[in-house]
Amino acid sequence: MTATLQLGIIVAYLFIALGVGLLAYRLTERTAEDFYLASRTFGTVVLLFTVFATLLSAFTFFGGPDTSYAFGPEWILVMGLMDGIIFAVLWYVVGYKQWLLGQRHGYVTLGEMLGDRFGSTGVRALVAVVSLFWLFPYVMLQQIGAGGALSALTGGAFPFWAGATLITAFMILYVVLAGMRGIAWTDTLQGAFMLVMVWAAALWVLLAVDGGLTTINAGLEATRPEFFALGSDFYTPANMLTFAISIAFGVAMFPQVNQRFFAASSETVLKRSFALWPVLVLLLFVPAFLLGTWATGLGLEADIAAGESILPVILGEYTPAWFAALVIAGAIAAMMSSSDSMLLSGSSYFTRDVYRPVIDDSLSERREDLLARAGVAVFATAALVASIWAEAGAFGADSVGSILVTIGDLAFGGFAQLALPVILALYWRRTTRGGILAGILVPQVVYVGFNFLPEVPLGPVTLFTDTYFGWGVSIYCMILGLLVTVVVSAVTARSPDEDTDLYFEGLSAD
Amino acid sequence: MVSTAEKYGWAVVFALLVTFAIPWFLWGDSRMALGLPVWLWWHIGWMVLASAAFWTFANRAWGIGITDTDSTTTGDHA
Repeated sequence: MTATLQLGIIVAYLFIALGVGLLAYRLTERTAEDFYLASRTFGTVVLLFTVFATLLSAFTFFGGPDTSYAFGPEWILVMGLMDGIIFAVLWYVVGYKQWLLGQRHGYVTLGEMLGDRFGSTGVRALVAVVSLFWLFPYVMLQQIGAGGALSALTGGAFPFWAGATLITAFMILYVVLAGMRGIAWTDTLQGAFMLVMVWAAALWVLLAVDGGLTTINAGLEATRPEFFALGSDFYTPANMLTFAISIAFGVAMFPQVNQRFFAASSETVLKRSFALWPVLVLLLFVPAFLLGTWATGLGLEADIAAGESILPVILGEYTPAWFAALVIAGAIAAMMSSSDSMLLSGSSYFTRDVYRPVIDDSLSERREDLLARAGVAVFATAALVASIWAEAGAFGADSVGSILVTIGDLAFGGFAQLALPVILALYWRRTTRGGILAGILVPQVVYVGFNFLPEVPLGPVTLFTDTYFGWGVSIYCMILGLLVTVVVSAVTARSPDEDTDLYFEGLSAD
Repeated sequence: MVSTAEKYGWAVVFALLVTFAIPWFLWGDSRMALGLPVWLWWHIGWMVLASAAFWTFANRAWGIGITDTDSTTTGDHA
């Protein structure tokens, strides 16, 4: 009964998304700029929620509550620092400047913006290729998650491959039709829905538990009294800061987020969203993550290591089946809303920054628009095939599949490596082409090396492990990227094709 | 455009917002208030404060470090 209801809700969601897509399609101009950026027309609510839903959907419902369940609620502080403060500051430092440059010069992607400044197709293509390297497996993770969730929901009646294919097919259909405008509209509906659901769920549990918070806290006091105290073996300062810093910087460079910096309709929209970030983070994460911790206090159990999640358990225990079904189905739908944006951005990075400059420079607007839509379908299908192949454990899939999944897990740290060289390029006129190329390439290679090469003991130190002195290797790589960009820029000469004033002149308000 | 002193002031405000988003001075503290840890109340207050600070920044000082770098128009402001 519950599974049928949940399936019904998911299918209903798919059709609503498709309907919104069709509505958006009618408003669409047939140009790449409209397809990718909705012609830079987003207002405050749509921009805020589309970034929010794109970013945080599946984690809010599953990963975050699970972490708070297993280790305590301090993850709320990590999210506050990460998304409420650091990301908001980057929203200004990176986002506002990108938006201004996009308005002046019509940029659609990060690579395009950097390529123009450094007079280099190589810089442009490098940014795109690095981004696609991390993005593709990350899309796979979403498909694997959604396919697995559908399969678990139906007790295996709906096999993994069928679930993943169904969801991917719907996504292709409405992304190809609707582009950025349709995605942003569904994101907005979904973001609002998520906020309401998460508060309703928290209040419902509080009211349903006999004695409310007092009972829950007494349970925590008895089983995990250390949850009340700030900090633990898991939540060390270095660990919390590593997560907050590398994910916040990574988020700003994730194609589907970074590209939205270009899509605001006005400066006012950027200002309002900037000021609203901390409040939105507060409203969403406090109730969602507390639910995880409360489940511990209520003595509920979920085998997180085996892929179970705590949220369905606590909802199943204290709320009616239809309500739990609505929240869980919403969470699965939310997973889709992250992937659709990634498909669109992935396609735009490929067509604009790799295909057009490297392969066919004479592409017309109309042709580029068609190519962009085809790119979405190709990108999604390729990721789907790779996901099914990896999950099926077919020939060679064990090693390659697990490597792809690991790349997806490391994606935030990988994208974070782009941030500091890009910020230097935006704010330091002396950055040279050689500097930015080395600053992007070196930390990527080192980051991948330290995560994939086998550990090598070298006297008192061990090479290629993933933390040193408690700090994640992504932080060290970020610092390395900063240093390499500065040093190589200092020792190399500016190329005559570079336009060093591009990011500085003519930006004053007009 | 805001004064140089205010520019530095904003840099300090942003640095403080980042630094105390996690209340380090409450490390290991397990005191409770109204059913939630005190450090969680700090978080709630801090996010509201950050929002107010960002709002003020957006209305007073938006553009510093970005639109004031134009050497052709900011010579007299420098």
